[in-house]
Order: sequence, then structure tokens, then C-alpha cells
Amino acid sequence: MKDGHAEQSSADLLLGPYRVLDLTDERGLLCGRILGDLGADVWQVEPPGGSSARRQGPFHRDQASPERSLFWWAYAQNKRGITLDLETSAGQELLRRLVGGAHFLIESSDSGYLARLGLGYDDLRAISPALVMVSITAFGQDGPYVRYKDGELVGMSLGGMVYLNGDPDLPPVQIGVPQFYQHGSAAGAAGAMIAHHARQATGEGQHVDVSCQQAVVRSIGNAPASWDLEKAIFKRMGPYRAMSATTFMRTTWQCKDGFVNFQLSGGRAALPSIHALVAWMEESGMGDPAIHQVDWASLRYGNLTKEMMAVVEPPIQRFLLTRTKDELTRGALERRIFLFPVNSARDILETDHLHARNYFQQVEHPELGQSVTYPGGFVMTDRGRLAIRRRAPAIGEHNVEIYCGELGLTHAELAALKDAHVI
Amino acid sequence: MSSEPARDALAGLKVLDFCWVVAGPMATRYLAVHGAAVVRIESRHRPDVMRGANPYRDGVPHPERSGYYAWHNTDKYNFSLNMRHSRAREVVHRLVRWADVVTENFTPGTMEEWALGFDDLRKIKQEIIMVSASMLGRGGPHAAQPGFGIVLTSLAGLTHVTGAPGRLPITPFGAYTDFIVPKFIVAATLAAVDHRNRTGRGVYLDFSQLEAVLHFVTPTLLDYAVNGRVKEREGNRHPAAAPHGVYPCRAEDSWCAIACFTEGEWAALCDVLKRPEWARDPRFARLVARKAHEEALDAALAERTREWPARDLMVALQGAGVPAGVVADSRDLFEDPQLQHRGHFTVVDHPELGPHAVDTPEFHLSRTPFRIRWSAPLLGQHTEHVCREILGMSEAEYLELAAAGVLE
Repeated sequence: MKDGHAEQSSADLLLGPYRVLDLTDERGLLCGRILGDLGADVWQVEPPGGSSARRQGPFHRDQASPERSLFWWAYAQNKRGITLDLETSAGQELLRRLVGGAHFLIESSDSGYLARLGLGYDDLRAISPALVMVSITAFGQDGPYVRYKDGELVGMSLGGMVYLNGDPDLPPVQIGVPQFYQHGSAAGAAGAMIAHHARQATGEGQHVDVSCQQAVVRSIGNAPASWDLEKAIFKRMGPYRAMSATTFMRTTWQCKDGFVNFQLSGGRAALPSIHALVAWMEESGMGDPAIHQVDWASLRYGNLTKEMMAVVEPPIQRFLLTRTKDELTRGALERRIFLFPVNSARDILETDHLHARNYFQQVEHPELGQSVTYPGGFVMTDRGRLAIRRRAPAIGEHNVEIYCGELGLTHAELAALKDAHVI
Repeated sequence: MSSEPARDALAGLKVLDFCWVVAGPMATRYLAVHGAAVVRIESRHRPDVMRGANPYRDGVPHPERSGYYAWHNTDKYNFSLNMRHSRAREVVHRLVRWADVVTENFTPGTMEEWALGFDDLRKIKQEIIMVSASMLGRGGPHAAQPGFGIVLTSLAGLTHVTGAPGRLPITPFGAYTDFIVPKFIVAATLAAVDHRNRTGRGVYLDFSQLEAVLHFVTPTLLDYAVNGRVKEREGNRHPAAAPHGVYPCRAEDSWCAIACFTEGEWAALCDVLKRPEWARDPRFARLVARKAHEEALDAALAERTREWPARDLMVALQGAGVPAGVVADSRDLFEDPQLQHRGHFTVVDHPELGPHAVDTPEFHLSRTPFRIRWSAPLLGQHTEHVCREILGMSEAEYLELAAAGVLE
């Protein structure tokens, strides 16, 4: 394969022996993909006509068709795809047969939906007591919000993330790329593997009930602990960051041609970084005694006050405006300064460090006659990087391979199911 | 089914933990609260920087009173070891022989300097699993660059897309990426354990935190790769929904998120806000028109939402089938009925902090649920316990190592 992404034999794959039935839509695709990246054989189950996740943009050349969703491409890779209508009794029967051979089942439907079809955890456990079933929902399987409508903005708001971000003179703002279900999906993979470990010891499976809201609340740093211990409520502060009721740090800055992230915060770990920046400013004839008014050596992490910030900020900003993002990034690397570019998608695709590590992988899309650059495996092992072994499946691409080849249906049976719109 | 209480999911799993700051400790805490024995190595010469991080009990800085440290380290053993001492190695080697997994998230080179890189570890224990999670991975021109999650959000493209058009980009709160990476670490680590159990072979997992986090933004990377489009800041706007934003409510700086993706949701919103005429207003009647008049739409909505307490508005809108949610601040989270139902926050008693809140995993296992058994440890709190109970040292041996300054 290209780019040094070695072909791995199934024996090398960490989860090679395991099969995953993935019933998720856009709310849970990443969970099964993580298990697939780790080597499991993931069967993505879609309704006939295709998953609703295929309606998520952006789209290849902006053609909003089910086979052109870049969201689908991103999160259904390393899976095989079959169609199945779970709302028909024949489809339900087929799913029960599939469950008999599966180690994991992942789903992201509204709580109670599968149980109404006779496919809830209690039903499936009766078929396969060793099954690990993962349910990914916005708020969990029960509770006062269980019937609430969710979504990215609503979920991130109820998870406490939105309140913390934005300019003080504007409303709070969401993170600009959907995150809510990704948190629950990735957490689902962690929960699945914890349940798997327990199963390997006891032979018994269980139900893993994931709340995306909780996963987001766990991603807002020290904000909850600060309310608990100091009764502090952090507010959005533009490029600044509240570290406590009275202390701040600064993160983003304008430079000559864009933006950089320079963490002005204090703390022992940051001390050499501050010294190195000050030295660079002085070498450039842009030193300023004001910076030395702060006793950096004894300042703890995150303990810079508003008054200190007002003194040290202007000379640093003046210096940064004289340099481009690229000049600052290279200088910071040489001088070990905590300064990084604020990367756009283009910058990421052009990052030399990532190319030097063969991070990106070219994946063939024969149906389009082209190959596409993908972010590569999420971890390196001692035997190489996890690989994209197959692109995301077309609708029903593996129906014959799986229903006939793995489940043992005849081609005639498959045709009959297709005629009945079950697959 | 047996009526015996199930044993912990990860009972018997042994983790030697050199992790510090947030991403590593959060990962190993998932393991600890599910029953793994996690022995955290810390040194008085170089304690975890999070011991110096806000908040503190009563706002008074103290290395044993950091709520940030306490949040991510419950249910671990703390073993204080002077890594500079010439005899530290013999203690570490004994712990490696005990462990299934060794975890660390230092800048590349740190473990190697201690002769504790993967090649060293597998000489001590052939089937060891090692997990590293540096910022940028081993290898590549920037590998030695130190840094925290706060800058990784910029490298990963999350900062560039967040904020209002024409303003400075906003760094998502917290060391945001630190809370993404642990989920990948936990899944991959337990996959490696399973693989070792089946094959007898150890595994090295060398994470670049950046490379894991990019999987949370993959569609925007593909959009550039195939369409040449660079995603920019758009505030809270959504191309296929209007209204889609957060709207001011009655209390100062309180807000409610509202996101209407269908005409039915929009009509229901108009009813709840007692403005049914909006649904017939040519500026607002259809999605295309609302997108064209979005500023006027947002202003009109804000006039009505200001009359509502945020929570009442959410409940009323959700009751009418409109996606809506309180823009929760930290106090709201503690009062959120769904989070309370899930038991998201629980209280542990800490010798220095006293009773304080910690969070709990976002997934509930039906048969082997997590257990929060003890608060974050004091530095060295379990050194003697680990020496005597885990390593099987005699009392004399333990006292001798302590007197020699190997243990702290």
C-alpha cells in the first residue's frame, strides 16, 4: 500500500478475532470505527436506502448524494456494509441471527426504540449472554431528558461547553465542528472494551449505556470543580481564559498574517517558554522592561492576574505582529517556546511534521476513479500505524459477501429478502 | 444469573502509571474506577504540575488541595519515588515485573533517559504493554516540542473554526483535547491487553495526541482534501437550520440554545413564544427566507426569549417538540436534573480538601458498574502499601529504601 502503510495480516490486528454489529447512525458511527481501526470486523447495518448519516455534509464536490457524504466516508471506514430493515419481522429475525455470531452490538437509536422491535438488550442477551451491547444517546437510556430532542448545539449547551466560549460582547458560541456525538461515540469504544475485558474473565456480556451529555461535561476542564470548591463561574472571555475567580491566561493572538496560540499563563512548566520568547524579543530589538515586572519564576500555573496581563501583553503583541505564522512557528520550535499556529484545515494537510510521520493515507475510491487523502490511524504500534484497510462501504456493498458468505443464506433467499424490501 | 455481586470489570489488571497533567491521568482513572490497580509514580522533586492548578479548597493554593488534580486521580495508588536516585531503577523494575501495562505521557525522550523506553521495558518483562501519549508522537521534526492540550486545540483545527467571523479565533475551553484522547487510549490499551492475553506478545502503543484528536474533525479535513474548502468561523450558524443559535433569557448572561431543523419545529417555536404570526411572515415562513433574514430573526426571537427563565423556556420548547437546551454554566450542571439522575457528580472525602465533588464515567456498565472507592491520593500516600502488599517487601527492606532516600 502507499505511504508506507503496511498491509497488516489479521493476526497482527489487535481485535482481529472479534465481530461488531454496528447499528448506529450519525450519532454513533465513530464508536464502531475505533473498534474497526483496532482490527475488529465491523458490519455496519443500514436501513435499505442508506443510513441517515449519509445525509451529513460536507459532500464530495458538493453533490449531496448518499455515496458522497464526507461525514460517512470519515466515520464508516474500516467497516463492511449491509442493509437491513429492522422494522420488518423478517429483518428482526435476520438481526437475531446476526447477533448470534457477534461479540459487540453498537446502536444509537432513541432509548426504547429497539426494545419496541423486540431487539432491546434483554431480548438480545437471551440470544447471546456474552454480547456486549453499547447504546450511545444524548442523555442516556432514562431520566428526565430521555425524550428531549438533541443535536450538536443543544447537546453542547447542556454539556456546559458553549457557555464557556465566545467573545464577551457576543452570545456564547459552539465549537465550529460537530463534537457532541463524537464524545459519546469515542467514550462508547472505551466502555465497550472495559465490558469486553470483563467478559473475557467471566463469559458474561452486559449493556453499556453512554451519555453524550456527560462526556461533554467531562471535557470542560476545571469548570465544575471550580464551582464546587471556589463557587467560581467561568465566563467566555474571547482570547482569554479564566483560571480562577481572579486569574487569567491568554491563548490566541494575531500575528502578521494570521493567528497563533501562545499560552501566557505562568507556572514552572511554562517558565522556560516565557524566558525564550523574551530573549527572542530582546534579540530583535523589541524587548520591554514591562515584561520583567511580573515575577515569572514564582508565578504558579494559571495565576496571572488581570493587572499583570495589562502590563505584559502590549509588548508581546507588538512583537508577534512583526512575524508571520510560519516564522513564529519555526522560531518557537528552535527556541522551545509554547507557541503554535492556529491551524486551518489547509494548514493541517500541509503540516510537515504529519507528513514526515506518514500520518496521512491515500485511500482509493475506485467508484470515483480517484484516491483521497485521509487522516491515518489514530495510534502507532510497535508494528506500525493502524491502517485504513477499506474505505467506507457503499449502500449494501457487502450484502452478498456477508449474508451468503458469512451467514449462509442462499442467493435465492437473498433475492427474496431484497424483493420484500428487507435488505 | 448469579446473585453474587459482580467483580469489577478490570479486576486483576495492573497498571504502572507515569502519567501526569490531564490526558494521561484521565485515561488511567477510567481504568482505576473500573477496578484496575493503578500505581501512580510521582516524585517530590517533580510532582504533577496539576498539584499547582486551580481550583483549591477555599481558593488557597496548596499541593494537596488542587481540585484539578483531585478530579482526575481518584482510586489510584500514589507511590513517591526519587527518580534521580541511583536505586530508583531497581524499584521501578520490580513494579514493571508486576504490571500488565506501563503508561506515560511525557515529552518523547523522558522515559528513554530513565532507561524505561519500550525496548528497555520488554527486557524486564517480555510481554509488557506500554502506552505513550506525547503531544506529537515519537519521530518527526517537532517530536520534542513540549506543550499542553490548550495548544493542541489550535494544531488540530478546532480553534480556527470557533468564534464569530471577523474576530480572533476562540480556543475551546479547558485543555480541550486532553478530554478527547483518553477515550482512544482506553479502547486501544484494552485491545492490546486482549491481544497479549491471546498471543503472549507485548504491544507498544505510541500515541500522538494530535493524530488521535484529528479524528474529531475528519470531515473538515476531507472537505479540504477533495473540495479545497477551508472551514471558517461561523459563530453558531448552521447551513441547514434557522433559527440556530443561543438566545438571551431573563437572568443576566443566561441563554437558551434553539435549533429548528424542520418547519414543524419552527411553527411550534412560534406557538410557544406566542408569535404565531411569525410562521406566516414572508421573511420567516420558510427556511430559505429565514436564512436570508437571519439577523432580523435572531433579534425578534431575542425580544421574546428575554422574558423567559432559560430552564422554563427549554422545558416549554422541548414539550412542544423543539430542540432546545439551557446554555449551562457550572452551577447549572450541578442542578441539571438529567445529570443528577445519572449521578454524574459524586462526593468523596479527601484528607486535605474535605468532602468534594468528582465526576464519574459517562458510560454505565449494567453488570460491572464503576466504583469510586477513594479520593485522589496524597503524594506518597500508598508508598508503603505498594511496597509491602504489592511488591511483597519485608518491613526492613521498605524502611531501608525509605531511609536511603529512594522512597520519599
